[in-house]
Amino acid sequence: MTGALASVVASPRAWVAIVAIGVLTYGIRLSFIHLFGRIDGVPTRLQRPLRYVPPAVLAALVLPDLVTLEPSVAATLLDERLVAGLVAGAVAWRTENVFATIATGMVTLWAFRFVVFA
Amino acid sequence: MRGPAIDEDLVAGVRDVSPLMLGIVPFALVAGIAAVDAGLGLPEAVGMSVIVFAGASQLAALELLGENAPLAVVVGTAVVINLRMLMYSASIAPHFAEYGRRLRAGLAYLLTDQAYALSVAEFDENPDRSRWRYYLGAAASLWVVWQVGTVAGVVLGAGVPDAWGLTFAVPLVFLALLVPAMKDRPTTVAGVAGGAVAVVAAGLPLNLGLLVGALSGIAAGLVTEVTGA
Repeated sequence: MTGALASVVASPRAWVAIVAIGVLTYGIRLSFIHLFGRIDGVPTRLQRPLRYVPPAVLAALVLPDLVTLEPSVAATLLDERLVAGLVAGAVAWRTENVFATIATGMVTLWAFRFVVFA
Repeated sequence: MRGPAIDEDLVAGVRDVSPLMLGIVPFALVAGIAAVDAGLGLPEAVGMSVIVFAGASQLAALELLGENAPLAVVVGTAVVINLRMLMYSASIAPHFAEYGRRLRAGLAYLLTDQAYALSVAEFDENPDRSRWRYYLGAAASLWVVWQVGTVAGVVLGAGVPDAWGLTFAVPLVFLALLVPAMKDRPTTVAGVAGGAVAVVAAGLPLNLGLLVGALSGIAAGLVTEVTGA
C-alpha cells in the first residue's frame, strides 16, 4: 500500500489520466453490452463516422513521428525516421505482420543513424 | 451440463488466440518502453495496462504525458482512439444477452480488437460454442500476455541507451495497424488526411495536433463516402 501511495504522490498527473481514461474506456466497452435489449445497435448516424476513427487516428499518431516540417523541403525529407517509416510501411503492406514491421523499421533506423548519417 | 466440454470451449479460445500473440508481444513491450520514456515507473506502467488495457490509447496517452500536454488533451485523445470499441460492444452484445449483469460487466472489461474479431467469427461459424467461455479463453490470454509484456518492456526500456531510439517502435506499431485499416477509398482518404493535418498541426498549442488531425481525417472520410469522389 505504501508503494502504491508513493507512486500516486510521485506522479499524480499520470494517475489521474490513467483512471480517467480507464473509466471512460470501460464505459465505451460496456455501453451496448449493458444496454442490449433497450438499444439494439449503434445508430447509423454514429456508425458512419466511427468507421473512419481507426485510419484517421492511427495516421495522425504515425505521421508526426515520422515527419517534422522543416524550413526546406530537403531537410524535411532527409530524415532517417521518414526513410525507416517508408520501409516499414512497405513491409506492413506486404505482410500485415506487426513483428516484421517493427523489426524492419528499427533495423532501417539504426542503419541510417549509426552507419549512413553517422 | 458440467464436464470436459466446458474446458473445451475455454481451451479453443486460448488456442485460437495464440497465433495473434506474435503481434501482441512487441506491442506490449513497446507500451512498457514508452512508459519509461514518458518518465513513468513500473507501478504507473502496470496500472495503465490493467486499468486502461487498450494499447493504441495507452501509447498515445504516454506520448502526450511525456510532452506535458494538458490532462484534458491526454484523456480526450485516448478516448477518441477507443471510441471504435463502441462498434465492438454493439456487435458482440447480442451474443452475451443471455448472461447476467455481472458476467457481462466482467466480459466487457476484457473487450479488445482481437478478442472481439476472433469471437464474433467463431460464434458465427460454431453456434454450439459456450460463448462466454470461448471469449474468456481468448480475451484473458490477451490480458495476461499484455501485462507480462508491459513489465518486460519497462525492464527493457530502462536498460537500453536512448541512442537506440526504442520508442520509434511506437509509430511502427501504429503503422502496422494503420495499413490494413486503410482498406478502401474513404478509409484511405481518412488516413492520408488525418496524417497530413496532424503533421501540419504538430506545432499547435496544448498538443492538439493529434486530435485535430484525427477529426479532420474522420471528416475527410465521410466527405469522400458521401460525394463518392
